[in-house]
Amino acid sequence: MSSLSPPAHKIWWKEPIERVEIMWIGICIVWGLLMTFMMPYWHVVGKQNLSNEAYRITPAYFQKKAQEVVDKHTVRVETDQKIPVVAPPVGSDVYLVARLWEWWPILELKKDQSYRLHISSMDWQHGFSLQPANINAQIMPGYDMVITVTPNKAGTYSVVCNEFCGIGHHKMVGKIYVKE
Amino acid sequence: MATNNEFRTCPDTGLLFHKPAETLMRLNAVVAVVFLMFGGIFGLLVGLTRWPAVHLLPADTFYLVLTSHGINVLIFWVIFFEVAVLYFCSSTLLRVRLATPRMAWLGFALMLIGAVTNNIAVLSGRSSVMMTSYVPMSAEPAFYLGLILFAVGALIACFVFLGTLVIARAEKTYEGSLPLVTFGALTAAIIAIFTIASGAIILIPTFLWSVGYISNIDPLMYRVIWWALGHSSQQINVAAHVAVWYAIAGVVFGAKPLSEKVSRTAFLMYILFLQLASAHHILVDPGVSSEWKIFNTSYAMYLAVMASMIHGLTVPGSIEAAQRKRGFNKGLFEWLRKAPWGNPTFSGMFLSLIIFGFIGGISGVVMGVEQINLIIHNTIYVPGHFHATVATGTTLAFMALTYWLVPILFRRKLMLAGLAKIQPYIFGLGMSGVALFMMGAGTLGVPRRHWDMAFSGATMPYDFPAAAYTLMGLAGASVVLAVIGGAIFILVVVLSVFFGKRLGDTEKSAVPMIAQPVTSYEGIGIGSIAIPGTLVLAMVFLASFVLYYFVNWKYLAQTWGLS
Ligand code: HEM
Ligand SMILES: [Cu+2]
Ligand SMILES: [Cu+2]
Repeated sequence: MSSLSPPAHKIWWKEPIERVEIMWIGICIVWGLLMTFMMPYWHVVGKQNLSNEAYRITPAYFQKKAQEVVDKHTVRVETDQKIPVVAPPVGSDVYLVARLWEWWPILELKKDQSYRLHISSMDWQHGFSLQPANINAQIMPGYDMVITVTPNKAGTYSVVCNEFCGIGHHKMVGKIYVKE
Repeated sequence: MATNNEFRTCPDTGLLFHKPAETLMRLNAVVAVVFLMFGGIFGLLVGLTRWPAVHLLPADTFYLVLTSHGINVLIFWVIFFEVAVLYFCSSTLLRVRLATPRMAWLGFALMLIGAVTNNIAVLSGRSSVMMTSYVPMSAEPAFYLGLILFAVGALIACFVFLGTLVIARAEKTYEGSLPLVTFGALTAAIIAIFTIASGAIILIPTFLWSVGYISNIDPLMYRVIWWALGHSSQQINVAAHVAVWYAIAGVVFGAKPLSEKVSRTAFLMYILFLQLASAHHILVDPGVSSEWKIFNTSYAMYLAVMASMIHGLTVPGSIEAAQRKRGFNKGLFEWLRKAPWGNPTFSGMFLSLIIFGFIGGISGVVMGVEQINLIIHNTIYVPGHFHATVATGTTLAFMALTYWLVPILFRRKLMLAGLAKIQPYIFGLGMSGVALFMMGAGTLGVPRRHWDMAFSGATMPYDFPAAAYTLMGLAGASVVLAVIGGAIFILVVVLSVFFGKRLGDTEKSAVPMIAQPVTSYEGIGIGSIAIPGTLVLAMVFLASFVLYYFVNWKYLAQTWGLS
């Protein structure tokens, strides 16, 4: 009888299991446990983890906090749109606003220093995608996501949007400078 | 009560068909293929737009077509076909009448009306929200309404399937337990019911929101519940296509499972351990704790992964055992070399298994790791992954089954048999290219659902490295190959169904269409190992898996510190 018919032995659950199957199941269990272990292990020894610190906020509140930092720490403006470049003190709270279709403002950080980066959306969902470091996170309206970032290489980074957010989605690119 | 003239016996396979069930199977399968054709054409347009050198469509059309592609193939093609599979696995395999054919017709009608309604909403241009329709971006009410009607229809089909099992048991049309294939279909149907319930919980309020009865839907809550639908629907597909793998192993080789217990337990694990694995879609969302993510991805996902790894061993294992029993018992791989590679039912099934496991399976587990998801989320790696799982694993398995079903269900000879022979290779190769090259581009950060990787019109565009453009170009070329493969399938099926040579209801064809069942697996293999070839394949798989897994941890370790 093939797999298309009822099992030949009515009490099939008492048939012995094929040797290779038992071996393979054993391997799968060990591998699954190892993979389960890796995630908490990385929280202890790894340097790339999300804190999962997040707050429910309103877009208006987030915009206000971002404006305060911009007012205090803008060092220059760039492009025709006069986008402020913000160089916040090491260790401080930095705000990045996602809105149709820009990441605002431009940030200037120092290599090997940590900052509490807050990101939230003013409208639809957006995708924070830092290139070429390739760090990606889902950004939502109403949630302030806090990530403590520590840039490990100097250079000019771009923030691409990788959650579909309407017709201008592909124009939504921001910038982060990392200085030595 | 069913009368005898409501049944016919297939002269080639000995299968007993309940005529009302047969009509519904044909109809669901044909409609499925029509949606695959639609979705495939849209896939081509999407692919040609993402090929940087071609960049075919303007942005608004691209997003419209992408929305339509996702919904037509992922939902309509796959689920219409699954309904046909459910009816086959219940009514035909158990030799019983279909429960309440009228309800089954109602289900079919609702699914069709829903699918058409949704398509009209998308094609009208005001619902380009992607298949996930994340709030607060909103579509036309008809978009959600179409999906809800479709889901209700699919739910009815699941209950017709369950009802048929009940009738078969009551009327004792089979002895002992359900066939393994039917058991697999049963797990798919149970998961489908859970899936549709989650869908109702999220889509009905979203529909009410779109017409103005509800003022606000929390975007995070939406994602958590939507993915309970979105993820478990993929588990329906896996359970269904694994059932199809076993069915094809039975049809082509007369294979029985190595042990019923193991294969059945593995199916059961899909139900028990899957649902909360939707967590792996929310790994980089704000407001969800690491404990929750780790718990729900490890317990739920790794046990479901384990179930797939078991099927990945037992399906080829049972083929190996059956082949060895038939005399291809030499060496490690005689059974595989001497397999009928020119039979698209077999080659399609086997390619589906290999591509699903090696490309789709491994990449899926890796990107489902809480921290590794940081370097993959929403890049084009993600569509790369699922073009190996559902666009190849499920779709190619269903195509393979179709080649076998057309002569049996429609009593027509397959036309263009020569093209059908090479179709699985063209489609499999093309799709593997689509998957691998998009995955490669994703590791370089290329975003998914994105019209222009050159960011034309942006104030501060980002310059992707040349390698990213090359990879997207190669993906584009693979898209063309995959679409040629898909087009051959549709051509062969449509021509055969409407113009194929009639086989007649009583004559037996010259070529047998179903293998004699193998009764025992005694005395095969090398030494005490019955299936050494499969064991070697499994070890190669494991080595690739482990290697790729740790390579990605290494990539992760090189990026910015995050805490
Ligand atoms: C016929 C050959 C196919 C081609 C050439 C193709 C190509 C593509 C491409 C290039 C994308 C776009 C990626 C992006 O920009 O984000 C895509 C998305 C997608 N494809 Fe396919 N695909 C094909 C078949 C399939 C099949 C058979 C399925 C499922 C059964 C499928 C499911 C999807 C889904 C769900 C999406 C994502 C849509 C979204 O992001 O909302 N595709 N496809
Ligand atoms: Cu955006
Ligand atoms: Cu966007």
